[in-house]
Amino acid sequence: MLIFLLRRLLVLLVTLAVASLAIFVILEVLPGDPALLILGMEAQDDTLAALRAQMGLDRPAPVRYLTWIGGLLSGSSGISHTYAVPVSELIGERLLITVPLALLALVVSTIIAVPLGMFAAVRRGRLGDYGVMGFSQIGMAIPNFWFGIIAILVFAVALGWFPSTGFPGWDAGAGVALWALVLPVFSLALPEAAILARVTRASVLETLGADYVRTARAKGIRERRVLWGHVLRNALIPMTTILGLQFAFLLAGSIVIESVFSLPGLGRLIFQAVSARDLVVVRDVVLLLVCFVVVVNFLVDIAYGVIDPRARRSA
Amino acid sequence: MMCRHPNFMIGVLLTGLLCVTALVSLVWTPHGFDAIAIADRMQGPSMGHWLGTDQFGRDVATRLMVGARNSILVGVVAVGIGLLVGVPLGLLAAIRGGWIDELVARGSDVVFAFPAIVSAILITAILGPGIVNAIIAIGIFNIPVFARVTRGAALQVWGMEYARAGLAIGKSGLGVTRDHVLPNIASVLIVQATIQFAVAILAEAALAYLGLGTQPPAPSWGRMLFDAQTLMTIDPKLAILPGLAIALAVLGLNLLGDGLRDILDPRLRAERIG
Repeated sequence: MLIFLLRRLLVLLVTLAVASLAIFVILEVLPGDPALLILGMEAQDDTLAALRAQMGLDRPAPVRYLTWIGGLLSGSSGISHTYAVPVSELIGERLLITVPLALLALVVSTIIAVPLGMFAAVRRGRLGDYGVMGFSQIGMAIPNFWFGIIAILVFAVALGWFPSTGFPGWDAGAGVALWALVLPVFSLALPEAAILARVTRASVLETLGADYVRTARAKGIRERRVLWGHVLRNALIPMTTILGLQFAFLLAGSIVIESVFSLPGLGRLIFQAVSARDLVVVRDVVLLLVCFVVVVNFLVDIAYGVIDPRARRSA
Repeated sequence: MMCRHPNFMIGVLLTGLLCVTALVSLVWTPHGFDAIAIADRMQGPSMGHWLGTDQFGRDVATRLMVGARNSILVGVVAVGIGLLVGVPLGLLAAIRGGWIDELVARGSDVVFAFPAIVSAILITAILGPGIVNAIIAIGIFNIPVFARVTRGAALQVWGMEYARAGLAIGKSGLGVTRDHVLPNIASVLIVQATIQFAVAILAEAALAYLGLGTQPPAPSWGRMLFDAQTLMTIDPKLAILPGLAIALAVLGLNLLGDGLRDILDPRLRAERIG
């Protein structure tokens, strides 16, 4: 187990190192001089040179890369030139929207999908199964941002139950803030639930045929306990992987959903930073998103190794 | 066929509709896709405009037709990039194993760490927004998808006796790959390509919605939704029709992919990533 853990950790670190290098190189070939952009076209040559020196742009690229990574590791980030505050502060604020959004969507999609998937598996080949799988196909085909638009149209504009866009901030009270997140969370969660319901159905079906399920039934254990205790527990193994993958897609999806609902999260931040050429912000936000994905996948691998010892050997 | 695979038939119908619409739009559309007529703006469906007009008086049906062409273009090229680069990498990893295999696997990890939208934002930061850059971003994401699927399927074929026998009678690794591996994994690749096609259409719509894909005045379903959002209280059809088009196209391709898998080989399971 220890070797497995160390190996996965090494892979994690190498992936992050390569990814950060890729981000740096990609932004390095970007045309345009950040210093010139801040000062404007009429800037004097010496002011320009001074700012370049202050921003560290006069140093060679490898040095700048190491300064960036070194700074992040020691907990200090650069200063955003459009917001004039440290990037870490900026990101911290935005995370308070993006992370709850993605996590709530993950929870909601699981709550919807697991019972539906199990129901479909138990009713295999009957009307209930076709119904659930039909909805799942439709759910997978609907883009989450369209779902968001339609949700605004129905629940905000026509019925007036929810605010159509915007976020009051957590200071306005958790209830008010969460109320504003209901439509975004469901827009993110429902298409994901459609995929998850299919995965649940497939893995429950596989487990239903297992010997230990037949044994459990033969022992006279009630069907309900067989389903929730024996079947679902074993079916969870493949579902962990999917949940990990889903989290990455939920994060990416929240970039779009934040645009639909005008929520000031990470997605909006990276967007504004790209258009304002605030590259210090862009690189940190992208690296953070990549970190999320890589770390979650790492945790999934570890969880997999704990749940199913066979996975340790094959990895 | 019809009765045994109803999903497949629906998939064929919807995908066929998508392709025919796109093909017809090449030679004929009811109106010009950028023909502006302010006087006729936001009309309901009529004989002249089957699905009505948008905020500039442009014909919605025409724009949806040209949007279909746009979506197919994105799907074909993005899946093509994934196939052309990913399949050889996967085959190579399966033949050689060792450090090449490791390199492909770790490279895939790195690419997968960037959700397609994030890499599209990065690429857009460099090259500016546009359909070509959106296609590149989606295509890059497809490379590791196909590399992984190819490697897994190819390794399975390499474990078969006929593949080993090929080596034993003096065929090269490349020869066995051409004669045995590729024909045997073709069905897996076709199924995966269909599913990635659907994923690409969804991704392009999202990018266009964000303003990172197809640029106006060229019509794209995603962009049409963005334009419609501010007007949806005045004219809800503008916010409904393009989304319906995306959903039907993706539904059709997904059903086609699932159906093909059932028909070609019931044991096959395409990896669903996207």
